[in-house]
Amino acid sequence: MTRFLFKRLLQLFMTLIGISILSWIIITQAPGSPIALTMDPKVSPKIIEQMEKNYDLDKPIYQQYFLWLKKLLTGKLYSFKDGRPVLEKIGERIWNTLLLNLVATLIIFSLAIPLGVFSARRPYSFLDNLGTFGAYLGLSIPGFWLAYLVILATVKLFGYPVLGLRSFVIEGLSPPEIVLDRIWHLMLPASIMAIHGIAGLSRYTRSSMLEVIRQDYIRTAKSKGLPEEIVYYKHALRNALLPIITLFGFLIPGLIGGSIIMESVFAWPGIGRLAYQAVLARDYPVVMTILTISAVLTLIGNFIADLLYGVADPRIRYQ
Amino acid sequence: MKIVLLSFPLLFLILLGINLLFVSSRPTPMVNQLIISSIGDASYLNPVLAQDSASSDINGLVFNGLIKYNRDLQGFVGDLAESWEIRPGPEPEITFFLRRGVLWHDGKPFSAEDVKFTYDKIMDEKTQTVRRSDYEWVKKVEVVDPYTFRVTYKQPFSPGLGTWGIGILPKHRLEKEDINTTSFNRNPIGTGPFRFVEWVSDEKIVLEANPRYFEGRPHLDRIIYRIIPETSLSEMELLTRGVDYYGVLPHQYRRMNEIPFLKIYSQPSLSYTYIGYNLKNPLFQDKRVRQALTHAIHREEIVQYVLYGFGQVISGPFPSHLWYYNPNVKPLPYDPIKAKKLLTEAGWKDTDGDGVLDREGKPFRFKLITNSGNDIRRDVGVLVQRQLRELGINITFETYEWSVFLKNFINAKHFDACILGWSLSPDPDDYMIWHSSQIEKGFNFISYVNPEADRLWEEGRKEYDLERRRKIYWRIHELIAEDQPYTFLFSPIGISALQKKFVLVERDPSGREIYRPIQMEKAGLMYDLIKWYVPRGIVMEK
Repeated sequence: MTRFLFKRLLQLFMTLIGISILSWIIITQAPGSPIALTMDPKVSPKIIEQMEKNYDLDKPIYQQYFLWLKKLLTGKLYSFKDGRPVLEKIGERIWNTLLLNLVATLIIFSLAIPLGVFSARRPYSFLDNLGTFGAYLGLSIPGFWLAYLVILATVKLFGYPVLGLRSFVIEGLSPPEIVLDRIWHLMLPASIMAIHGIAGLSRYTRSSMLEVIRQDYIRTAKSKGLPEEIVYYKHALRNALLPIITLFGFLIPGLIGGSIIMESVFAWPGIGRLAYQAVLARDYPVVMTILTISAVLTLIGNFIADLLYGVADPRIRYQ
Repeated sequence: MKIVLLSFPLLFLILLGINLLFVSSRPTPMVNQLIISSIGDASYLNPVLAQDSASSDINGLVFNGLIKYNRDLQGFVGDLAESWEIRPGPEPEITFFLRRGVLWHDGKPFSAEDVKFTYDKIMDEKTQTVRRSDYEWVKKVEVVDPYTFRVTYKQPFSPGLGTWGIGILPKHRLEKEDINTTSFNRNPIGTGPFRFVEWVSDEKIVLEANPRYFEGRPHLDRIIYRIIPETSLSEMELLTRGVDYYGVLPHQYRRMNEIPFLKIYSQPSLSYTYIGYNLKNPLFQDKRVRQALTHAIHREEIVQYVLYGFGQVISGPFPSHLWYYNPNVKPLPYDPIKAKKLLTEAGWKDTDGDGVLDREGKPFRFKLITNSGNDIRRDVGVLVQRQLRELGINITFETYEWSVFLKNFINAKHFDACILGWSLSPDPDDYMIWHSSQIEKGFNFISYVNPEADRLWEEGRKEYDLERRRKIYWRIHELIAEDQPYTFLFSPIGISALQKKFVLVERDPSGREIYRPIQMEKAGLMYDLIKWYVPRGIVMEK
C-alpha cells in the first residue's frame, strides 16, 4: 500500500510539472501582451517597451517560466493587472466560489438521489417518464439563458435585488433578515447551477437502482419474505449508491473551479471571473497560478477517487 | 430511509418559501448615497498607475489634480492650484500657486513637495505607468516654496497644461514604498471630496464624504461602486434600486425611458468610430476612391440600425460637441450616384458586366477587418459590406480577437481597411494619430501623409491661445475631411440613467439652500457631484 501511494504521488508530481510547462507555453505564446492592450494615442510605444521589460517579458520564455515558479514559491508573485500578490487575489475569491459550489452540490445530491430512487421504484410509469422528460430538459437548457429568465421573473414578481453576494441597500434590516438576504442571493445562482447536475445525477441513480434490483441477492431478500419497501430502500439503495460515493473525488476540483458564466451573470465575485478577466488581460501570473491550482486539485481528486474505489468496493485492492 | 430521502427536498422547499416570503415583503428605504454600476472592477486606486475607466472614475473622486477641465471642456479651472501663470518663450514656464490649508485624508497637510513627488514617480522607469509620455517635453520641475510649483518645458507644448490634472499622490505615505505593489493602491489617501472606505474585489468599492474637503463637505454621505459584469443585468438592479446610476445601451433606452422613477440623460461622447483605409494599398491611394466610398456608405442608416439613432455622423476627426470641431465642414452626403461618378473618374468601371467594378482587368475587392467582441463594429461591417456591394465593390469582412488583430494586422500594416474607434481626451492634439512621423511606430497605421496637416499639428501643440488653436484645428479638420483617409462614421451618444431621487443643492442669494434638478454638462453628468443630495421626505414607490 505504501509503495503504491509513493508511486502514485510521484506520478502526480511529474504530471503537474508537465501541465504547468505546457500551460505556460500555450498562455505566453498566445498573441497579445499584458501592456499593449489598449490603443491610447497619448501613449508612446517606447514606454510600452519599458513597461514590458519591467515585467521581464523581454526574457526568453524558459527563463520567464522559472522566474514565475520562483516568485510563486517565494510568495513574491504579483498580478500584472493591479500589482497585488496573486495568492491574495485568489484567496479572497476562493471562499465565494467554494460557498456557491458547495451549496449547488448540496442541492444536487439532496434532490437528485431521491428523484432517481423514486423514479426507479416504478420504471416507465407516468412519474418516471415525467422525470426522464425533466432530466432531458434540464440537460439541454443552457444555464445562462435560464438564469436570465429567472432573474427577469423574480425581479418582476418581487422587485427585490438578486445580483451579487448581498443587497446593497440594507439600511433597516435586522440581523436575521441580513442572513435571509444572503441566503436569497445564494439560493438563486446555486439552484440554477444545480439543475444540470440534478438532471444528470438523478438519471445516474435511477439506472444504478434498476441495475441493482435485478441482482440475485435482491431476489434472495424478496424470496425470504422481506417487505418490498425494506428490500428496496435498504438493501438495494445502499448498493446502488456505492458508485456514487466515488463521484465525491471528482467533485473537489469542481468545487474550486468557478463557473465563468454563472459568476458573470449573477455578478458573483468568484474564481471563474478572476480567471476569465486574467486571460483577457494576459495577466500571466494569475492565469498560471489558477491553472496550477486547478491541476493540483484535479489530480488530488483523481487520487481520492482511486482510494475511494478501494474503500467502497472490497473487490478492488491496491498492491 | 425513505423519510430521510424525502426530507431533503422538503427542507429545500421550506427554505425557498421562507426566502420568497422575505423578499416579497421588503420595501426599499431612502438612503443619502449613490450606487454606481460598473462593468469592470478597478485595478489601481492610484491615478499614476490606473489605466481603466473604473479606476479613473474612482480616482477622480478620491484625488485632485492641480487643475481640471471646466464644465465645457474648454480651458481649465483651478483644483489644488488656486491659479497658475504661463510664461511663454522657447522654453515656457508654468507656475502653479497652490491652495493653502488642504489636508490629506489622514490629516497631514498637502504641499508642493507632493506634486514634485508625483512627477518624480511618473518619470521613474520602474513605475508601471503609461502616463510618462505626457511629460516627455518637461525639462525640469521645481518646488519654489511649499505653495508654489514650477514646470519648465523644453519647447512650447500646450497639451502639457492638461496633464497637470493628474491626481496628486501623498509623498509622506508613499516615500518608502514600491509604488507598483504598495498596499496604498488598494487603500488610497487623497485630497478629494470622497475618501476611501472599503474595496471588496469584483463586488464593490465604497467611498464616504470627506468632511474636511476644501470646497466643503459633499452633500452625499456615501458613494458605492458596484461591479456588475453583465450590462443587461445592471438594468435589473436599477429596477430593484440596487443601483442608482448606470450607462444605458442604446437598445435599452426605450425600456428605461418608460420607468417613472428614472431620468435619462444623453450626450455625445469623446469617441468616434471610423473605417480606416490602408493608404499603402494602391487601391486607396486615389482620393476620389476614398471620397466615393464615403459617399456610398449610408452612415445615417448605420446610426439608425446599429445605434438605434444614438450616434452623430461626423465629418472629421474630432468630437462634434467640442470647440475644435469645425461646424462648417459638413459630412459627405450619402450619394451613390456621385460615388459611381467619382469611381468612373478614377478608372473603375464594370467592363465585363459581372456586377463588380474593375480596372485594368482587376476587380475592385478588398478585405475589411475589425476586432471580435464588439457587436457594434460587427454590425457596421455587415451593413457596409451590403451597401458597397450595391455599388459593385466586393468586400469580405472578417473579425479577429483583439490582440491578434492588433499584432498581426494593424501594427503589421497588413490590412486593406479596418473598422476601429478612437477614444480621445478633451485636448485636440491628436498628433500621434495623424502626423506622418507616427507612421513607423505611432498610431498613424493607415500611413496618412499631408505636409500641410503635419505642419499644423506641430503648430497646434505649440500654441497656448485657445482662439488661435481653434483656427489651426478647424483647418486640420478641413484638410482631413477633404482627404478622407478615414470614412468617419459616427460619434456615439452616451446615455445614462439616474434615479430621480437625486437633486443638486445650491444656495440662493440669501444663502438659503435650494434644490435644482441635475443637468448634463459637457464635462459629464457628475461634474457637480459634490453638490448631489437625496432630500428626505421623497417617498419612493415600490
